Amino acid sequence: MPDDVLVKGGRVVDASGERVADVLVRDGVVIEVEAQLEPASPAARVLDAAGCVVAPGLVDLHAHLREPGDEDAETIVTGARAAALGGFTAVVAMPNTTPPLDDPAVVASVLAIGRASACDVVASGCITKGRRGEELAPMHELHQLGVRIFTDDGDCVADADVMRRALEYARSLPGAVVAQHAEDPALAQGGSMHEGAWSSRLGIQGRPAAAEAIIVARDIQLAELTGGRVHFLHLSAAPSVELVRAAKRRGLPVTAESMPHHFTLTDAECASFDPVFKVHPPLRTADDVAAIKAGLADGTIDAIATDHAPHVPQAKEQPFEQAPPGMLGLETTLALTLTELVEPGVLSLADALARLSWSPAGIAGLADHGGPIASGRPANLCVIDPALQWEVDRARLASRSRNTPYHGRKLTGRVRHTILRGEPVVVDGVAQR
Amino acid sequence: MKHLLAIDDLSRAEIDGLLDLSESFIEVTQRDIPKIPALRGRTVVTLFFEESTRTRLSFETAAKRLSADTMSFSASTSSLTKGESLLDTVQTIEAMGVDAIVVRHPCAGAAHRVAQWVDASVVNAGDGRHQHPTQALLDLVTLRRRLGRGGFDGLRVVIVGDIRHSRVARSGVQALSTMGAEVTLVAPPTLLPESLEGWPVVVDDDLDSVLPEVDVVYLLRIQRERLAGALLPSQREYTSRYGITVERAARLKPDTLIMHPGPMNRGVEIAAEVADSPASTVTEQVANGVAVRMAVLWSTLGSGGQIA
Repeated sequence: MPDDVLVKGGRVVDASGERVADVLVRDGVVIEVEAQLEPASPAARVLDAAGCVVAPGLVDLHAHLREPGDEDAETIVTGARAAALGGFTAVVAMPNTTPPLDDPAVVASVLAIGRASACDVVASGCITKGRRGEELAPMHELHQLGVRIFTDDGDCVADADVMRRALEYARSLPGAVVAQHAEDPALAQGGSMHEGAWSSRLGIQGRPAAAEAIIVARDIQLAELTGGRVHFLHLSAAPSVELVRAAKRRGLPVTAESMPHHFTLTDAECASFDPVFKVHPPLRTADDVAAIKAGLADGTIDAIATDHAPHVPQAKEQPFEQAPPGMLGLETTLALTLTELVEPGVLSLADALARLSWSPAGIAGLADHGGPIASGRPANLCVIDPALQWEVDRARLASRSRNTPYHGRKLTGRVRHTILRGEPVVVDGVAQR
Repeated sequence: MKHLLAIDDLSRAEIDGLLDLSESFIEVTQRDIPKIPALRGRTVVTLFFEESTRTRLSFETAAKRLSADTMSFSASTSSLTKGESLLDTVQTIEAMGVDAIVVRHPCAGAAHRVAQWVDASVVNAGDGRHQHPTQALLDLVTLRRRLGRGGFDGLRVVIVGDIRHSRVARSGVQALSTMGAEVTLVAPPTLLPESLEGWPVVVDDDLDSVLPEVDVVYLLRIQRERLAGALLPSQREYTSRYGITVERAARLKPDTLIMHPGPMNRGVEIAAEVADSPASTVTEQVANGVAVRMAVLWSTLGSGGQIA
């Protein structure tokens, strides 16, 4: 029988509002949320939360944990540890592994490893077999294992008819959502960065914003045609934000996420030729960054996700165009959100936590995550010190990989404790598993 | 000058200095024994990840005429992507003890990456579609020898052809405009860069209206692969709109120069008769290339002494 945990002295923030309260946890469940609670037994573990925000654990809709197939870059266990340190109590594992998550046996093995890790690992499932964009994967079999987010992420489902059939078929699977990597391959293929002034100057083939917006526009039409739920992964371009905004205004079943690198970095970074800045969809212009921020502020973009994409060092020790795309995110996303969105007043703290926790929990159908922090609810919590200043040091990340574009950046706000089903998996910034 | 990676790293004065030095080396290359001991004991490696016999020969000849030792490393990029990273390759070569690395690579920024990793001097011999600085310098030397020292100010140059995929165009535009020339680009819209923001150029759609106005016509090679996709309808259509045919050449001012970085597609972007006419500088460009690369190696290896 694990001991009680008492989170003491913090400011509780969830979808219902905020109040100063202590949180008492027993057997993985929140027992009481009241001011000035005292531990019921001397064995109770007291976690100091003075000056901190006590929030529902964060939920990442988009992490590449690389297992199976590329365990040199990350494993489920190391990725989950990085997630816990970043305040996440649940991450959705993307399916572009080797073999891909298009088969119940592979999904089951990922879930089994995930159960012993520092956060809940939620498997996504492929839309199509082998992520080839041709035939539907066994979506029902995957759904029976708990898969709710279906995606071929890494690749776009380019064929409009295949996307249409996936949206139709998913209608029969309760809670299922079809998540699109929106980049028309005919326009984006061969490109390594945003197409624009910088790509033209650097002589690097571009991936135009239109490649994203065309698929967003098309899939909004398909959602309307089929009634299926579509979720847009890593929205990066201003025209896409406007399309999603208009679709939501019309009441269509459309959701979207964006990543910190798309609201903090621009394509100008690529002038360094350092592939740590290479990512798909690419870093875009200051106008796009402003549009992503506006979309997050008005709720057009429902969630902030990480697109955590670890790569071994030698993969990035190549010329820009030959290096694989992707950057780390799990350990910096919360701090970037606080520093770049909350501090300048783009989002309130509550709205930021909505984008990071209860809104993505709702999209993924994770009833145990995202709060509220109330008696009887599973104790998935993160305790954030919003004033702590720190500097990103790639050598000190928990991820197996080092490809963060934020090395040396000073950020404000950091996770102090993370509690997974009542167990403190991060205490005072140190992983316990 | 530690490295030569891109033309935009150079000021007008620095370019002028390199051109002066190049002209001194042209004199050296015209001697009976065209070799000086300036870089004796130094080692220059040519690290080529892309086939280019001409550029490699030019650099190796330049190094040898300065009495440097030369090594060469060739690699098909396909075999490298499977195994060794660029960093590993470069560190292996540096461990052998080299003073300068001349890098040719099909990817933009490759020479910049190498320069971040090594102590040796790095010379960019062409990186993807990005830059080919020694080509730009040898073009300037060629122009200066034809036009005289003050010849760049107000010089009207039109660059014709596949600008989008061309490192020669990117470095050439910067070099010409830094020296005071006025650059016009003429190309099919599919072969222009997607954005020309910040480029010191004007774009014109009509080659025939531009030609009578210009002092220099700079032609770019049309690669066969550009004809395979949706970029161009046909070679015939390209030549009829953008090729310097005998008829078009007749409409040029009598002293207009015609330049081409080679290798030429005779009959495509340039008629054979035009390529071989006195207005053409093609063979001078190649000849001056050796002296320019001598000047670049001399400057980057920091000898700083007298030219013997």
